[in-house]
Formats: sequence, C-alpha cells, structure tokens
Amino acid sequence: MTMFDTPFAEGCAAGELRLQKCGQCGTYRFPASPICPSCLSSEGAWVAASGRGRVWSWIRMHQRYFKDLPRETPYNLIMVELAEGPRMISALADEKIMPKVGDPVTVTFREVGGEILPYFALDTEGTAA
Amino acid sequence: MTGRDTVAIVGVGTTSFRELYQARDVQRSAYDLAAQATVAAIEDAGLEKDAIDGLIVARLGSYVRMADMLGLRRPKWCHLLEGAGRMSAVAVQIAAAAIEAGHAETIALIYGNNGRSAGARYGGDGGPSPTGVYDTAFGMTSPGAYVALMYERYREMYGVPDLALAPLAINNRKNAMLNDGAVMQTPLTEEMYGQSRYIAEPLRLYDYCLINDGAVALIVTTTKRAKAMGRPFATISSTAAIGDLTNFYTSPDFFYGSCQAVASKVYSDAGIKRSDVKAAQIYDNFTPTILFSLEGFGFCPQGESWKWVDGGRIELGGELPLNTSGGHTSESYMQGWAMHAEAVRQLRGEAGARQVPDCDVVQYICASPIVASHILRRG
Repeated sequence: MTMFDTPFAEGCAAGELRLQKCGQCGTYRFPASPICPSCLSSEGAWVAASGRGRVWSWIRMHQRYFKDLPRETPYNLIMVELAEGPRMISALADEKIMPKVGDPVTVTFREVGGEILPYFALDTEGTAA
Repeated sequence: MTGRDTVAIVGVGTTSFRELYQARDVQRSAYDLAAQATVAAIEDAGLEKDAIDGLIVARLGSYVRMADMLGLRRPKWCHLLEGAGRMSAVAVQIAAAAIEAGHAETIALIYGNNGRSAGARYGGDGGPSPTGVYDTAFGMTSPGAYVALMYERYREMYGVPDLALAPLAINNRKNAMLNDGAVMQTPLTEEMYGQSRYIAEPLRLYDYCLINDGAVALIVTTTKRAKAMGRPFATISSTAAIGDLTNFYTSPDFFYGSCQAVASKVYSDAGIKRSDVKAAQIYDNFTPTILFSLEGFGFCPQGESWKWVDGGRIELGGELPLNTSGGHTSESYMQGWAMHAEAVRQLRGEAGARQVPDCDVVQYICASPIVASHILRRG
C-alpha cells in the first residue's frame, strides 16, 4: 500500500487535504503511521486539514532526474509547513512565481501524471496560517 | 563513548581516485576496489593479515564476500553498515567500542564504492519513508535537493548573497590539486563556480560531491598495540554522536541542536578547546553542510559561517584548514571515509604538499541525520 491508495489520496480526489490526527493527544502527523509519534497511541483518524501552511523553503530543480515527469525543468519545489504542524513536499501551482520563505500558502489540487496531487498557491490576501 | 586515546588508527589504505576516474570506461567491482584498499591498509599498518580479528564493512553488501576475499574466516566481530555518509564515523565508533569492550583487538573497517561504474545518480528513487516515492511525483528527489531546501531557508534567514558557497568549493579544489590521489586536478575560480549550472537551485554543480569509484580501509586497534608496533599512528581522543531523525533529510534547524549536543561532549571528553584543533575534515556531501557544521560546533555564530569561510581562514596556512585532501567535491565521494584517511595522514605528518604544520589534533565532523564527530590526535 502506498500513499497513492490511502485515505490521503481519497482526500485529494475529493479536493481535501487530509492528515491523521491522534485521538489521544490531538497531534497531527505526516506521513501516515499506525501510531502517534508524540504519545504512541494507535487511536487516530484521518481528518480534513485546513489546507493552509507556510513556505518552509523552496528550490528550483534544474537536473532532469525523471524521464517521464510531466513538468519541464527548471520547476519549483517547496517544503510546506502546514498549519497543523507537519511538513510536506509540494510545488507551487504557478511556475512563474518566486516564493519567499515564510509566504503563506493554501492547497489547490492538480492532476499530474494520472494522480491528483496537492499543490499550493500563495495567499494573496496575506491570511496567516 | 570510549576512553581518551585508548584506541588507535594504525593503518589507512586508499585507491587512487584520480587514476580510477581517468580510466573512464572501465567497469569496476566495489569489492575488488575494497580488497586493494584493505591490502594497502594492512601493509601501511605493518601487520600480518591474521592479526585482524574484526571486520566492519560499509556500503558493500556483504561482509561474507569481503572476509572470503581476505581469507578471514573467523573474525570475532562482524558488522555491516549501510552505504550512507553518516556511517563512516559510526563505523569508527563501533570499532572503538567493540575494542574497548574486548570483543576484538584489531578491526579492519572497509568501504568500497563503484558508484561511477554502476551509473549511480543518487536521485530518482524513494526510500523507506512513504514520502520517498510521494515526493518523486512532484519531481523532488536526491539528497542534494533536500540539502538545497535547508540552504535556501538559511540564505533567506541570514541575507546570504549568491556565490557565498564558492570559497568552500574553491578551497576543496586547491587542496585536491596538492593531492595526487584526488579526482580533480585543475583550478576552480569564482567565475567558473558562478557560471556552473544549477542542479537544485540554489546549489550548483560545484556544490555537489563527485560521483566516482574508489575504496578506503582503516585498521583500528588498541593504543597499547599501536605503540608496540613502532610506527606512527593516530588515537581517538574522543568521539560522540547523536541523531537528528525526522522524516526528511531536511533538518528543521540545519542539524544545529544535534551538533551542539555532540560539541558539548567531544571537546571536553578529549580535554581540548576548539582552538586546539589544527585542521578539520568536515563532511561535505554538499557545500552548505560545511556551514551548518561550523555553526553547530561553535566555530562561528549562527548565520555567520558564510562570512567566516571567506578570505582564506579555511585554506592551508589559515586559521582552520578544512578538508585538506580536497573534500567530497574535489577529492572523491567516499562518504567520509577518505576524510578519515586524510585525518590520520595529517596527524602522522604524511600529507606532503598539503601538510598542516605541527598537526597534532584533527577534528572530523559529519552533520547529517546522525551527527558525529571525533577528535583525533597524533599518537
């Protein structure tokens, strides 16, 4: 089982970013795990996340590592720090934008290579995550 | 972890990375290269092969194959480590601890890498985390890109200008040109550095470690035995490690907290001050790792190392010569192993044109998901 056939992927298909939340202590976690990394509880559920976060950092990938990737080099990549705490890798939906560390972002789903993936867009209204 | 100066490194062996690199089309076996390096280390130590009673093998998939090639049927201590840069220091720590505990007396530490022959790209696949494959869906891959994320954040936090990493790449290259075994033998200027292509921007080609074939072996034993052998040797004055284990290689604080924890032990356990270190071998899978190491170990304040390394301080003849054999960007990518060999050679006064004067204390640092450091001393 991969991330592409879990509740995470089901959420993406429904246009919703989902995270596991510990039923015991409320900690959110990513990637998926059967136990909470804070309290080790196995009580948890997938819940809708806010979809908001900040750009922890970003890069532009110039090296072509993947023959079949449907993105042209150089393409942007970001590490998002979600409002709920966890970090994840993603990309800005708009390739022309140069982000800055700390920029607030909101999730926006895109279909790429047959998968619906959570991309992110810069918040233009400046709403803090 | 071990007693001060009770364990010694008595033999080092390295293949000529330059010669291997120059013969471009030859396909090589990592085990064959490792065998050459191990024979060289045994000769360097002046040991009989049968004196070796322990075996630690890294990156190579099988300690059995290595033992069979060397005719070591019954080592008292056998260990296999993954092919990650963090493991070179860990190998030394395991050997030292095993020797201190009396499991074995003389351990061969062996590393072989045929990355170039095998077409290694260090990117394009996942790993044990579910995000390894997930990240590739966006086109994110390779350790360099995860380090680039740290460096971009660092740059923006501290207002670091473009080309700030150039002194690190240039220092490595200068030292490599004084090292006949180093892959790169031609000068690197700031202009060349700045014009080189981006790989994972902001990191450029010359910020990246090489991909090449080679092997390194170290022979570790008790200091008591080392003294009886009558040849120059290096001792492990102290060694310490701590993890920085999060899902991503990208450490939230650039390994700072873990470096501080190791620094709080490694100098005091060796009974030295930071200013006693005559040269440092700092793991540089990518040049920013050097900056994170210098700050984490307190050589300069956070956010300032990019200024600190400019102007010659880290070059031979400077305040703290770094990566004196050329580093991973110019000597070879042997995942820390060649740096250990260089540390010993500097301490034994065998570094020739790149010898640091009166080099009695060398520090090794690796800032990575296992942050580790040794203080090595002339025996």
